[in-house]
Amino acid sequence: MTEFVRLDDVALRYGGPEGTLALQGTSMSIEKGQFAAVVGPSGCGKSSLMKLVTGLNPVSEGSVSVAGEKVSGPLKIVGMAFQNPTLLPWRPLLSNVMLPLEIVEPHRGRLRSHIAEYTARARNLLRTVGLEDFEDKHPWMLSGGMQQRANLCRSLIHEPELLMLDEPFGALDAFTREELWGVLQSIWMTRQFTTILVTHDLREAAYLADVIFVMSARPGKVIATHKVDLPRPRTIETTFDPKFIEIVHAIRNEIAQIRNESKVQAEKNLKVA
Amino acid sequence: MNASSQRRLELVMPWLVIAGILIVWQLAVMLFGIRPFVLPSPVAIFGALIQYHDPILQHASFTLMNTMIGFACGILFGVTLGVVIGSSRLIYVGLYPVLIGFNSIPKVAVVPILVLWLGIGQPTAIATAFLLSFFPIAVNVATGLATVEPELEDVLRSLGATKRDLLFKVGLPRAMPYFFASLKVSITLAFIGAVIAETIASNDGIGYLMLQASSQFRIPLMFAGVFVIALMGIATFLVFAYIEKRMTGWATRGRNLQAAGGG
Repeated sequence: MTEFVRLDDVALRYGGPEGTLALQGTSMSIEKGQFAAVVGPSGCGKSSLMKLVTGLNPVSEGSVSVAGEKVSGPLKIVGMAFQNPTLLPWRPLLSNVMLPLEIVEPHRGRLRSHIAEYTARARNLLRTVGLEDFEDKHPWMLSGGMQQRANLCRSLIHEPELLMLDEPFGALDAFTREELWGVLQSIWMTRQFTTILVTHDLREAAYLADVIFVMSARPGKVIATHKVDLPRPRTIETTFDPKFIEIVHAIRNEIAQIRNESKVQAEKNLKVA
Repeated sequence: MNASSQRRLELVMPWLVIAGILIVWQLAVMLFGIRPFVLPSPVAIFGALIQYHDPILQHASFTLMNTMIGFACGILFGVTLGVVIGSSRLIYVGLYPVLIGFNSIPKVAVVPILVLWLGIGQPTAIATAFLLSFFPIAVNVATGLATVEPELEDVLRSLGATKRDLLFKVGLPRAMPYFFASLKVSITLAFIGAVIAETIASNDGIGYLMLQASSQFRIPLMFAGVFVIALMGIATFLVFAYIEKRMTGWATRGRNLQAAGGG
């Protein structure tokens, strides 16, 4: 296994040298084709991490490298999906999914002359998430779960080597969420792209990931790493496996401890003031 | 009441209201013996419309032309300005007070200045229509651009999208409903602008016709002018409302389209 994403002692500060620290001393290493999850209390800089790895924000200290190269600007080998599906309401589903092809090179230049090939690719992807009958529908005609499936397709259409997911299932009901874990897992298992999933759902992290990074409260840094070596494909049954429960339990305790510590710290600060 | 008769009633309702107003007006004039130079009856106004239909048509088409030319300039300038202030925070901050100040000026007060620069007649009318109509368009386009979701911007920027890509693929389509909504407001403002300028400084147009009628005490003709302006305003409004519906159906989420369920 080769290393694909590497963070070395990364710090990120918003709003100039006196601004708030979102991340400090964060280091992690993710192998090629690995599914990594990042969990932590809210406000620990999980989403900032996404922006650093994709090159949307520059680091304040330390370095980030992806595929052996230092990240200095937006990466084109990345697909991203957020909690908000952000599909374009004026486009039908198929052309929504194909949006990245109109932007990212080399597809951008080839799209017009190879339109049949690309359309087939998009249809294929929609079929894998069970949306093949909805390609002509507009996003607002679909349920939240279906929109999120389409969002997933859009983030994968240009066959990125790295998929970044920021709480992609956070706004869905529990049943839809668990269903989409299965969908995401099966796509990942056939394509084996490196994935970083930011989530606050510990069961989601344990279900999907090979490795889970636990982050501390702000300024965030990695305080624990858990390997999840449960067999794949995992199913909802897996979530009742004692080993699975043990992992979730361990992480929950760590996060509870972080929350307590930051509460105590806040009280101390209050007394000093 | 069932659904289809409800819909039929909705369709005839505007006509019923207009007919009601005209009848009450006619009756009031007859019952209270209001003299024609104070308030002419609808029948007398209609008579004036028939009698003077040639000059009315001529002046009305002149006004319509001025309005449309001014409005077209307003669209061009308004969209450009909207795009510029909607996509650059710095320009937005810089221009904001100037635009607010400009919009607070009653445009009637500007007409004499325009006359000084452009002379009496068509150019002044066009310029006034333009000055009144571009502002709502610019504000709406800028608002539309500003409502693009930051997540979507991140997704596209991470793919290497340029500012231009973002503008054409996302920003402008997203601003379209705002743009078309502003056209309905702007076209009526353009009419107001053209008629104001014609009233103050022109030898043609409905505004001029009304001023002439007033000085000659032809009160029914004045009211006929008002009627024609209102008619043109409604007609152009309907045209743009129709275009809006056709172009941006996705924004109003057509009620006849069934939503698909499922996870």
